[in-house]
Amino acid sequence: MPERLYGIRHHGPGSARAVVQELERQPPDVLLIEGPPEADALVRWVADAGLEPPVALLGYASDDPRRAAFWPFAVFSPEWQAIRWAVERGVPVRFFDLPFAYRLAGDAPVARLAPDTPDTPDTPDTPDTPDTPVAPAGPVAQPLPSPGAPAESLDGPDADEADAESLGPSDADVGAGQPGGHDADPADADQGEAEPARAVRPVDPIGELAAAAGYDDPERWWEDVVEHRGMPAFEAIAEAMTAIREASPEDPDDLVREAYMRSVLREVRKTYEDIAVVCGAWHVPALARKVAVKDDNALLKGRRKAKVDFTWVPWTYGRLASWSGYGAGVSSPGWYHHLFTSADEVVPRWLVDAAGVLRAEGVPTSSAHIIEAARLAEALATLRGRPLAGLAEVTEAAESVMCDGEPLRVELITRKLVVGERLGGVPDDMPSVPLAKDLAAQQRSARLKPEALERALDLDLRKETDLKRSRLLHRLRTIGVPWGEPAATRRGTGTFREEWRLRWQPEFAVSLVEGSMYGTTVAAAATAKVVRAADKAETLADVTALVETCLLADLAEAYPRVLASLDTRAALDADVNHLMAAIPALARTLRYGDVRRTDVAGLATVTTSLLGRVCAALPSAVGSLSDEAAKMLRDRIDGVHSAVGLLEDDDLRERWLSTLASLAGRADLHGLLAGRLTRLLLDAGRLDGAEVRRRMRLPLTVGTAPAHAAAWVEGFLSGGGLLLVHDDALLALLDDWLADIAADAFDDVLPLLRRTFGAFETGERRAIGERVAGPRAGDPGATAGGLGFDPGRADLVLPTLRALLGHDVTAGEAL
Amino acid sequence: MTALRPHAEDQYAEELALLADADDRPRPPGWRLSPQAVVTYLLGDGAKITPKYVGPRRLMEVAVSTLVTDRALLLLGVPGTAKTWVSEHLAAAISGDSTLLVQGTAGTAEEAIRYGWNYARLLAEGPSEAALVASPIMRAMQTGTIARLEELTRVPSDVQDALITILSEKTLPVPELNTEVQAQRGFNLIATANDRDRGVNELSSALRRRFNTVVLPVPASADDEVEIVARRVAQLGKSLDLPEVPAALDEIRRVVTVFRELRSGLTEDGRTKLKSPTGTLSTAEAISVITNGMALAAHFGDGRLHPADVAAGIVGAVVKDPVSDGVVWREYLETVVRERSDWRDFYRAARDA
Repeated sequence: MPERLYGIRHHGPGSARAVVQELERQPPDVLLIEGPPEADALVRWVADAGLEPPVALLGYASDDPRRAAFWPFAVFSPEWQAIRWAVERGVPVRFFDLPFAYRLAGDAPVARLAPDTPDTPDTPDTPDTPDTPVAPAGPVAQPLPSPGAPAESLDGPDADEADAESLGPSDADVGAGQPGGHDADPADADQGEAEPARAVRPVDPIGELAAAAGYDDPERWWEDVVEHRGMPAFEAIAEAMTAIREASPEDPDDLVREAYMRSVLREVRKTYEDIAVVCGAWHVPALARKVAVKDDNALLKGRRKAKVDFTWVPWTYGRLASWSGYGAGVSSPGWYHHLFTSADEVVPRWLVDAAGVLRAEGVPTSSAHIIEAARLAEALATLRGRPLAGLAEVTEAAESVMCDGEPLRVELITRKLVVGERLGGVPDDMPSVPLAKDLAAQQRSARLKPEALERALDLDLRKETDLKRSRLLHRLRTIGVPWGEPAATRRGTGTFREEWRLRWQPEFAVSLVEGSMYGTTVAAAATAKVVRAADKAETLADVTALVETCLLADLAEAYPRVLASLDTRAALDADVNHLMAAIPALARTLRYGDVRRTDVAGLATVTTSLLGRVCAALPSAVGSLSDEAAKMLRDRIDGVHSAVGLLEDDDLRERWLSTLASLAGRADLHGLLAGRLTRLLLDAGRLDGAEVRRRMRLPLTVGTAPAHAAAWVEGFLSGGGLLLVHDDALLALLDDWLADIAADAFDDVLPLLRRTFGAFETGERRAIGERVAGPRAGDPGATAGGLGFDPGRADLVLPTLRALLGHDVTAGEAL
Repeated sequence: MTALRPHAEDQYAEELALLADADDRPRPPGWRLSPQAVVTYLLGDGAKITPKYVGPRRLMEVAVSTLVTDRALLLLGVPGTAKTWVSEHLAAAISGDSTLLVQGTAGTAEEAIRYGWNYARLLAEGPSEAALVASPIMRAMQTGTIARLEELTRVPSDVQDALITILSEKTLPVPELNTEVQAQRGFNLIATANDRDRGVNELSSALRRRFNTVVLPVPASADDEVEIVARRVAQLGKSLDLPEVPAALDEIRRVVTVFRELRSGLTEDGRTKLKSPTGTLSTAEAISVITNGMALAAHFGDGRLHPADVAAGIVGAVVKDPVSDGVVWREYLETVVRERSDWRDFYRAARDA
């Protein structure tokens, strides 16, 4: 046999171990790996200590980094182990899958890709931004995994692998790979036709074999059935695959890839004697089959190549796991890591680690717990008729014995152990990432050059270029690259001006690499980051700030998620003050939109529901308030009231005013609020003058504490004296009421009024007085008298004036 | 038989016999059925065996496995999640006897868990076996059957600790007679405890680690819950001889929906987040709201279940704390119920209630 074919399960620790053993036993001259051939040059990095799995090969179209795919490798990936083995021994390694360039260019009609389907769909459903990048590529791929993944209950992750297998290394590797594999363009391209075929093809053939044998964890099956029985594993797998493939429909995409693999194989045979091939088990029968050269060439003919770039990027186990948003991830990378790295006593070691996690969080966990958990896991396995406890049994045992059934602790174990928090690393001198390239492109288009010296930038958002710059700077700030800081000073009242201080710092390059985990373009990364922040935000205020960020940075795709998050936070926030504080800003945005031409659809719904909650919760929030709390609530109510005015929604307004009306009559209301509400209702026309006069009289009667009365008047008149000057009706009302007060009661009321009026500006007070006096006196000539002008006292200043001016002054002249 | 509620082993005697006949798997010592058959008894087989518990299979598997490993089982959950129900049926299936029961209360004394004395005999004859009054747990140890302890966390801590020797040494010393009772194979203990009582008499960690904990969740899907409620309402109606009222599935679904939404703090469509009230809103409460509504409808209404018949019951179940729950309920009414066009009647009824 000219070459040895090792059919593996992508991300299968069992396969990884077996591959390395085989390579050791029979070292080949050259190693072929299922993966994108464009990445051949990157293989040498594997020897670099800085490249630490989990890492991913990132491939992207040079002209459009959004079209990208990832091929992740974990330490337990058979491909990774094989590459390492080869690199350490100086054995040449070649990736021999269909080039990514073909997939990208192949059919990917630009038109189809252009909308960036991936971005859009992914962003919303992927909590994890990082995935977004994948998504673009992956979106296409995604359809594949999904049909398969559900099929295997536990193995969602494995499914990936499976896919991977089916797909070929590239895909396979990454759960994401999938995307990668078919991905990028095929995805788009064939999605339509290919999908039906794919739906039928087994996604994880090894997983299916395992399931047929009654295992829900293909790795345990591999261990029991393949590893514990000695070595002819790969022959057995190849045979099984041949049988499965004969009965399964073929994916046209696979056929093309396999044709390419065969042609590479033929070429390599000319140079090398002893060839080892590591590929998904699914492909083994196809590679072993004899196919005429011209048939393969016919399949490969006429494919166009796009220009692509490859690089290594750090990956995390969290992103390998399906729950972080991968349609096709490995759901338990941490468990696989454990299976791969622990030589014996898999279950006890795992439970000891789990106990360690719990202890680190301060949960007392004794060795007895571990013993009992191990016993329970075994009993469960027996009950279910399994030879050995798998992840399901171990998790349930840990939950029942060590976690006392507390879901939070179980989740802790899942997060820290089953998924794991391992983060890969890449060497510092690695070539740049697509995010950096995208930024460079945007800098060019916005005509902004990075400069190390600080400079100020004044933007007029009505201009296209300036708007673009502003968005770019806001987005960069979101992804942790504060190239520009908004200058707070001298901000005019106009919403179209923005001032920035720009300064490029070298460490931003690092931030960009980090940011590239979130997306391959500045916009995608910022979107992903905002979405993640929205998911994690704890208070309403945090989310409100994010809404603003979305508007400023024009992250339309993050918008729905942030709004949803806002809605959630609003529902859970028990403090009506927070809810009310959030409303005015939202209402303003809604009413005026802004210069940025943001789409505000969706905001209306959220604002409405926010207001509904405020209306429902306000009644219980206004009772028994201290002076300070009352003052704060008054300001909030004022804010919401004017916001409601801006919204121009009669139904909402009606609801708000009804709420206020029901509140205003309450006896336990703080005076300040009672007065204020009466005033608001008066202004809104909900109360007529007579009613208001009646209400005004009440607080000022004997039965009321003076402080309450004072607060009432203050609340009623707050908003500045200027209003009294210009609002005749209000002034008349106040005037009538004053005139109504009985003479002996007036002395009591006077200090209260003084307290309120004393807070007005002197000029205002004077103007009010003039207004009242003017019409009353009815005689222009008597104005002075109306003002209470005392000529006798005024005359006292005359001598001084005389001295100052140096000549005689008469009373008439002074006036 | 006129018992208001027959024991599980009597009510389901046929099913148990059927399972025992067909059961060819190994049975642990002292067990009447194999573990697999016990799980089948609990979850039903879709044919002759009716489901006693509707919920995740893995929970029942963990519970049964726990009893196999001779560790004690602690069933935890909010009130009304079928803890007692499950423990009764487990005991019935495993030992054929669900009556060895200790009800935990704040006044439960150590005698209820260990043993007491027949004082007349004690005085007349002095300490002797005959003067000893065995507790249900002691009897279970002697006969190798399952004992049940309800509401473990209501039992005072010092009394709880009497369990430690029983569970770890599987023996109960009787120093007065200088003897001991050793548990026979097949003995085990199922305790239930209420999640909401946490902290009242928290288990000591020594005791806690002798239990494996299984948390019984509220039903996962609305359909499951509607099914549970409908089935139980029908059973209850029969046993309480309520006049026949067509159990309106719509109303059941509505009650279940309200309970689920408030409990989970999220509307069923997943769009709107809600605050949760302080009450537990368990399935059992939903059952009693419906039963109550049916009684209202039958005796005081026109014999059909209307929204108004259940509205008062729902408000009573939701608003346990007049202040904070009141806000929650109003907010729910105004933001969720009000928007649902086919819930108009219910909205009006609930507002008036």
